[in-house]
Amino acid sequence: MRALDLEYMWDLLPVLIGYIPLTLFMALIGMACALVLASFMAVERIFRVPVLDLFVRLFISFFRGTPLLVQLFLFYYGLPQVLSFLTSINGVTATIMGLTLHFSAYMAESIRAAILGVDRSQWEASQAVGMTQFQMMSQIILPQAARVAAPTLVNYFIDMIKGTSLAFTLGVTELMGATQKEAAGSFLYFEAFLVVAAIYWIIVEALAFVQRHLEIYLNKAHAR
Amino acid sequence: MTSASAISITGLNKAFGDTSVLKDISLEIAPGERVVVIGPSGTGKSTLLRCLNFLDRPDAGVIRLGDLTVDAKTVSHADILALRRRTSFVFQNYALFANKTARENIMQALITVKGQSKADAYTRAAAILDETGLTKRADAYPAALSGGQQQRVGIGRAMALDADLMLFDEPTSALDPEWVGEVLDLMRRVAEKRQTMLIVTHEMQFAREIADRILFMSDGQIVEQGPPEQLLENPQDKRTKAFLRRVA
Repeated sequence: MRALDLEYMWDLLPVLIGYIPLTLFMALIGMACALVLASFMAVERIFRVPVLDLFVRLFISFFRGTPLLVQLFLFYYGLPQVLSFLTSINGVTATIMGLTLHFSAYMAESIRAAILGVDRSQWEASQAVGMTQFQMMSQIILPQAARVAAPTLVNYFIDMIKGTSLAFTLGVTELMGATQKEAAGSFLYFEAFLVVAAIYWIIVEALAFVQRHLEIYLNKAHAR
Repeated sequence: MTSASAISITGLNKAFGDTSVLKDISLEIAPGERVVVIGPSGTGKSTLLRCLNFLDRPDAGVIRLGDLTVDAKTVSHADILALRRRTSFVFQNYALFANKTARENIMQALITVKGQSKADAYTRAAAILDETGLTKRADAYPAALSGGQQQRVGIGRAMALDADLMLFDEPTSALDPEWVGEVLDLMRRVAEKRQTMLIVTHEMQFAREIADRILFMSDGQIVEQGPPEQLLENPQDKRTKAFLRRVA
């Protein structure tokens, strides 16, 4: 048993904090893309567009059914071997792509469930006033589904933030990669990973704070 | 606000599974006419209304509304939209947009469906809110409104559309008794403008007051019809007599 090297941890902190923006960048872009893709797939699953439905179901099945790490390796190491124009794909792009596709598969299912939870009267009222299906979905149904889906979607976002740490396996020096390098230089593995664990934890807690305000906003129509 | 288009319904049929709910219904409604449909539960009154704007899809029949002709056998997506845009619907359970305020509920279709500017829709909504006595509650969400207020918004939302035909599907049936009066008062005011209305209701006194004609429906058919005095005082069919004895 040895004492923790607190001074090393203190000095390491600002170094690692410098990598937070890259982690957040990958997670935020990934989340934004995944939300769009997942909403599209959820709506498709509701209306069951012929042929397209088959592709969407296959997509969801594959990206839910295989590990994120396998998917990242497929994109980064595998795809460039078969698609020559992808030779220049970098680790960050591959990570964002992987996170987007992987999490959109999960999110599509929770958005679909939230849409099905919107009361039938809301669909009928939209139809009765003569809205098109697009107007109905974008202005009445999806905003109400968002309220129901928000807690699970934030959960996926949290998972996605932590998932960015896999980028290090594609050679990207992000939070996790940087920690790994620092630890390898100092041999103070316990201290280094303790610091990075704390950083992830604080990011996620900050997000939980944002979540509370988001939910208050989404619930404003339902306060009595 | 007098509606100009006559409505003609011919050979309307609807079945749910093996159960035939509407049996060859034919009906003409003159512009400005206020028609009330009465009858026992489960005889297809609501289904008749819901088939007229294709919330339920009729199996057969032709609906003519002014120059618009919609045949259930050959109906297109565009026909359905056109029909819905020339009718308005008041739901038993109000069915207000839960994510919109009272004012936004009224403005919603004016902007998205009728393509009005926000300013025009706002002005129109303000007039409707005033007429329905809801100006003070304009920015409240449905969840914060009483049943009576919600249904007044529901009627206001339908009024704003200036439809050729307003459909009312048991608009007071879900209300606590204390709110029924204010909703019927509002419907009376709409009726006074000679707005063409087709109303399903169990409020017999109200029907007698505002209807130009009452239809009695039973088992998916229009059994008999006539002016209120005639149908309510001197019914001919034994089913009408039995029904009126029960509700009187």
